[in-house]
Amino acid sequence: MDRELPVSPPPAVVIQYGMDIVFDRVTHRYGDTIAVDDLSLTAAAGEIVCLVGPSGCGKSTTLRLAAGLERLQQGTIRLGGEVVADGTRDLPPEKRRLGFVFQDFALFPHLSVVQNVAFGLKDTLAAERAAIARAMLARVRMDRHADAYPHSLSGGEQQRVALARALAPRPGLMLLDEPFSGLDTRLRDTVRDETLALLRQSGAPALLVTHDAVEAMRMADRIVVLRAGVLQQAGTPDDIYHRPANAFVAAFFGPVNRLAVRVAGGRVDTPFGAMAAPGLADGSAAEVVVRFEGLQAGQGTAVTVAASRLLGAVSEVELAVPGLAAPWIAHLPGPAPRASASLSVTPDPRQSFVFPAENS
Amino acid sequence: MTTAEPLAAASVSRFRLRRPGVWTLAAFAGALAVALPIGTALWLAFTANENVWPHLMATVLPGYIVTTLILLAGVAVGTIVIGVGTAWLVTMCAFPGRALLGWALMLPLAAPTYVVAYLYTGLLDYAGPVQRTIRSLFGFATMREYWFPDIRSVEGAIAMMALTLYPYVYLLARAAFIEQGPSAMEASRTLGCNPWQSFRRVALPMARPAIAVGAALAMMETLNDFGTVDYFAVRTLTAGVYNVWLKMQNVGGAAQIALVMLAFVITLLLLEHAARRRQRYHQGGGRYLRGPRFVLPPGRAALAILACALPVLLGFVVPAGVLLAMAVENFSAAFNARFPEFAWNSLRLAVVAAVICLIMGTLVAYAQRLRPSRALHHLSRVASLGYAIPGAVIALGVLIPAGALDNGVDGLARAHLGTSTGLILSGTLAAVLFAYLVRFFALGFGAMESGLARVKPSMDMAARTLGRGPTATFFTVHLPIVKGSALTALLIVFVDVMKELPATLVLRPFNFETLATQVYQHAATEQLELSALGALTIVAVGLIPVVVLNRTIVRQREGADGS
Repeated sequence: MDRELPVSPPPAVVIQYGMDIVFDRVTHRYGDTIAVDDLSLTAAAGEIVCLVGPSGCGKSTTLRLAAGLERLQQGTIRLGGEVVADGTRDLPPEKRRLGFVFQDFALFPHLSVVQNVAFGLKDTLAAERAAIARAMLARVRMDRHADAYPHSLSGGEQQRVALARALAPRPGLMLLDEPFSGLDTRLRDTVRDETLALLRQSGAPALLVTHDAVEAMRMADRIVVLRAGVLQQAGTPDDIYHRPANAFVAAFFGPVNRLAVRVAGGRVDTPFGAMAAPGLADGSAAEVVVRFEGLQAGQGTAVTVAASRLLGAVSEVELAVPGLAAPWIAHLPGPAPRASASLSVTPDPRQSFVFPAENS
Repeated sequence: MTTAEPLAAASVSRFRLRRPGVWTLAAFAGALAVALPIGTALWLAFTANENVWPHLMATVLPGYIVTTLILLAGVAVGTIVIGVGTAWLVTMCAFPGRALLGWALMLPLAAPTYVVAYLYTGLLDYAGPVQRTIRSLFGFATMREYWFPDIRSVEGAIAMMALTLYPYVYLLARAAFIEQGPSAMEASRTLGCNPWQSFRRVALPMARPAIAVGAALAMMETLNDFGTVDYFAVRTLTAGVYNVWLKMQNVGGAAQIALVMLAFVITLLLLEHAARRRQRYHQGGGRYLRGPRFVLPPGRAALAILACALPVLLGFVVPAGVLLAMAVENFSAAFNARFPEFAWNSLRLAVVAAVICLIMGTLVAYAQRLRPSRALHHLSRVASLGYAIPGAVIALGVLIPAGALDNGVDGLARAHLGTSTGLILSGTLAAVLFAYLVRFFALGFGAMESGLARVKPSMDMAARTLGRGPTATFFTVHLPIVKGSALTALLIVFVDVMKELPATLVLRPFNFETLATQVYQHAATEQLELSALGALTIVAVGLIPVVVLNRTIVRQREGADGS
């Protein structure tokens, strides 16, 4: 692994630089609420895994369990092949060799930037610690602010210091809890790309929590979708977007039209024609899900434009579909068609899905 | 982590097992110890050997209760009138000297009530300068020819306590008036009320919970007072505990009187608690903007100056001035006596007690943060009750278990080792310090609890994931951040211990004197001038937290007024 840092003598017990993390059937409750329900997942060395889901889906709890900040109740967590928590014993967070970037950055207000970054460095001389911390700050382009105090930094600068502080002790695993949510949107893209590059260089696997589907698509090697503590799907961004496991996952990664239907002869009928429903029993309730951008104009079923507005690259068009009570929405390229115009649309099969109806 | 150990062995030893941590265990032990004397006082009262209730009820108790009630009512009225009136004037009105008086009105907090009482007695009794002047002016020869109020009375005690305790009400009422902001008052003015009506119908009701808290604090101090009531021979419950305990040698009876006092304390605590809860709903918006002050015309301004200056003069300037004069006049006599020894005793007790209170408070507050537990939470609240419980009752609660422990250890040692260990706790400084811990634990705990609450939980997590254990995290992260509140708590405990009289008086080792006990002894033998230097020292030290407190308030005001 190529590193530009002056490297300190390796710690006495070297497990390995990047550690895989494995969650094996982990369940966690707060009182009667199940925050994480029978969750199994892995992140291999060098991999960036995004945990996504709406707020309260258990993604932050998962991160805190990985760090040892929350006591494991049930299941097993392994770091680098070693069991660190199994429901009766917990390795405390300070022994787990991990880096944590907090949503509020959690910089120590009484320490300067360089002292913050040196905080986690051990077993070396003070001068050496400072040198390592300064080198780390240089990598996040914060070396000019080394002697400033956190309160004088902007949000983006604080985020970079927090990242440098977490990476400085060369953790075996990086955990990031909504690390970009405190930044304004203009900053976010730059900071995100820089963070991504540093994480890749470090070689440690990263678990990153976000509620932003686009952010997850942008950053992740693999995405893990959680809902009410239950794993919905884990896969590459391509898997998640094009082969969602259920309507919830499909809807989380972009707005969708939904239609309740019933399976007959291995197919479902829609106003846009029949769609295959593989694996669904005849007579069972099903749901058709079509992304807004999955409706293509040009041919197919004749519909009327109820309303439309230009969003920029695409126009959002509300369509009155014969046989449907509520309008469907399409994102069509080009200028917005005027109201009451007639169009022909057809769903793109790669953006249209049939799922069994949910019980809820 | 060490190199030699094989990985597997190392990893097992590094595991955190599911048992309470060191912090939690120590915190439980500490909080239990602090709560013990309070429990002891209750236990004693219910299990006294002879049933002295009927006897007490038939003899002294009704008198104690009535006197205490009169005293409490008088102090409440006095502190509210002085405290609220002056707070209103300095917050809402503009007159010359307003800023200076706003600060000076806190000064009486520095002087212990008993010191002020001794001085006024010296000034106002028959042989004192005031009556001497009256006699020489009007040519009276005897006491029978004119009327002069007797200071050594319930009314005198009320006056002394109102003069020294009103700052509690003043501080809280002033804060409440500031927090209200001008909008409610302005609304009231636009609805047709004049300033006085607006005060009565809007500002005062809004500040009522804060005023109630201040009055409750003043009344708790009244219950705690022993020096004044003893000197004035006012037979309150506190005096009763001493009489029955030390003069009649009846511990059970003393405990039962203490129980009655506890009932008073609990009533006051409930009152205070209810008021604090309501305070939340009575606060104005978050912005502490201040409207223009009412500019008083010259005549009224003079009255306002007088109203604000009088409590400062009577409660601080006169007693401190007289003390100073006496101390200078009798300096050689007072200093030649055992003054350095007494001062050293006061100093070391106060320093050690302040450190102990802070350490215990930190222990419980940090353990509760590491692992929140309902049991520890409730225990810490019980332990914090000590601040409301009179020193006399705490002394009783400390002495009994200490004696039992000494006897037990001594018995064991005699039986098994053939030697006597004598008294380990009773009549030692350990017992005195323990009583201080019980009484002032709440100060250390409260300061650390509120200080730690300002440290975001993510700070702990950051330090832990960066490789620091709970203890290292405390010293590298929490302590530097909460240093300020910790120092303030140290200072306040230090000063309170310097002033403390009732528990010290009972628990101190034989022939061990502090400045406070020496002042008490000299006053009791009518040799106040010999103790003036000691009393002056106590007052001077008491000024420190007043100055610090004022700086904090000023800083808050600046923060609020800024932008």
